[in-house]
Amino acid sequence: MNSARPAWAIETEGLTKVYGSGNTEVVALRDVGMRVRPSELVALLGPSGSGKSTFLAAVGLINAPTSGRVRIGGRDVLDGPKALIDPRTFRRRHIGFVFQKSNLIPFLSAVENVRIALQINGESARAGRRRAMELLDYLDVADRADHDPTMLSGGQQQRVAVARALANRPSVILADEPTAALDSRRGRQVMDLFRKVAHEQGAAVIVVTHDHRSLDLFDTHYEMEDGRLREIAPSTEPA
Amino acid sequence: MNLAIKDIRHSLGRFALTSVGVGMLLMVVMGMGGIYRGIIEDATLLIDRVGTDFWIVQRGTRGPFAEVSRVPSNLVHRAMSVPGIASSREFVYHTIQREHNGRLLRIAVMGLSWPMDKGEWLTLTAGRSLERNHFEMIADESLGLPLGTVIQLGRESYAVVGTTRHLISANGDGVAFVTVRDALDIQADAPGESIRLERAAREARGREFELVLQQPGLLSNAERPSMELPAVARPQLSAVMVSIAHGADPDTVAEVLGGWQDVSFFSKQGQRELLLKGSVEKVRRQIGLFRALLTTIAAIIMALILYTMTLDKIHSLAILKLIGASNTLILAMILQQALLLGGIGFGIAIALGDRIFPLFPRRVIITANDLGGLALIVLGISIASSLLGIWKAVRIPPGEALA
Repeated sequence: MNSARPAWAIETEGLTKVYGSGNTEVVALRDVGMRVRPSELVALLGPSGSGKSTFLAAVGLINAPTSGRVRIGGRDVLDGPKALIDPRTFRRRHIGFVFQKSNLIPFLSAVENVRIALQINGESARAGRRRAMELLDYLDVADRADHDPTMLSGGQQQRVAVARALANRPSVILADEPTAALDSRRGRQVMDLFRKVAHEQGAAVIVVTHDHRSLDLFDTHYEMEDGRLREIAPSTEPA
Repeated sequence: MNLAIKDIRHSLGRFALTSVGVGMLLMVVMGMGGIYRGIIEDATLLIDRVGTDFWIVQRGTRGPFAEVSRVPSNLVHRAMSVPGIASSREFVYHTIQREHNGRLLRIAVMGLSWPMDKGEWLTLTAGRSLERNHFEMIADESLGLPLGTVIQLGRESYAVVGTTRHLISANGDGVAFVTVRDALDIQADAPGESIRLERAAREARGREFELVLQQPGLLSNAERPSMELPAVARPQLSAVMVSIAHGADPDTVAEVLGGWQDVSFFSKQGQRELLLKGSVEKVRRQIGLFRALLTTIAAIIMALILYTMTLDKIHSLAILKLIGASNTLILAMILQQALLLGGIGFGIAIALGDRIFPLFPRRVIITANDLGGLALIVLGISIASSLLGIWKAVRIPPGEALA
């Protein structure tokens, strides 16, 4: 959590992403603008190929847009394809990621998967272990701390992944279909977890999801179609 | 938290098997160097052990090891008369291949200049040096003739009274030491039928000789065994070994020997060079090239292993990059794994080599310097082979984690 809270945790303006050129040109994002407050939980809906993951990759400084601006925590970070900060360092300190599959590192135990994010950020081994255990405890998986990812259930894996995303107290968490591999009960538990994280940790959380059964947990709903973004009213029915 | 170790522990069985494979490959690289060292050592062993200063050989030859040399036996006495020479010994050396107890046996027979030389200079593993001037033998263990064995060579039997270890010829045949006289007999041994034919031919030639018509007794002499005939020429030696007296000037002795028009002479170092630049040189180059080839193959295989190990981790590496890991962290992980693979492989190579090399028919000599050199090569291979994996890892986009 950042001490000086800006009004908007995430701001995007005119984000456009074009893949290829000429006959093979594909426009994945068209002039996308979004504003997310700290502690806000945002659902990003839309059919496959609508540009949701491309948007997340642009905000996460993974794949720069062709044009447009990204501001995180009140700081300009992307101006079109040009990074205004060191993306790797910025990601490490300010952005947490959770993926469709848990994406834990298979050769590290649950607690080590969290610790590695802290180690990369320069945390000492002892402090890292303590913080990692706190997070696993917060997410109710402390009893599985020393287990390999393959020994954990899908829900437990996602909890560890969320713990890793939270490790460095990011101001932004980006989750790409985090419940796709879970049943509805576990899926809702994970979404509930994001709500808890957003509201208790103060992070702005954008969750790309197809799961309409948990939409009631989100503060704001957006839908993306053909690279265009629009805010929609909360609904539990599929679009 | 060391990611390299964590990754290895996660797939320990696979890493262990890979290490054994690399270790065996490095053992072969090490073995080729050891074989080369063994050939050099074996080739020069006799020259070094015999302990002589000059070798007098047949004029124009590079004998007696690199090629055949024949010198008259009285050359020993002529050499002894040169001021500054302390001792002069006969040297007879040839290789025979005979059957013993149903197996073929190649023996490098070396004559000891009895009674001056009874083989006391040999380091015996069992038994004693020669005590009789006939029918006794000191045999190298590699011949498989233990103490007390009696071996038939030609018409005579020779008893093994002493054994040596690692005394073999440049060709890898075990050396058997007998007296010069016995060595000549073994060399000149001919079957009875051959002797009878030779006598008949001698008689036939004698009949046409005018002197025989005047003195018929000569013909009956020609029918006698050749060894009973008056000697026209003394038995031939392979070379004569001379040692310089303490305090004498080797250059003065060399000047005298150099003036003899019927023989050539070489110093101990000269003999070594003759061998090393002769047949051994080709073997050395062949093994050297093969070793270089094996080293290159080992590097390529290690590079492929590390590259494959990196490919297996692409997703994990992408996650690490996504959460902000620097290239240095990933580079260090791959490099550490490469060094561990090389280091463990090197250890396995030494451990396996220690057990396997003694079973080889020829000596495989691994010196501390060779091991040090190989360690540096392995270090170089490890670093070089990790480059391919590092190159791949550095190019992995963090977005790969989302795929």
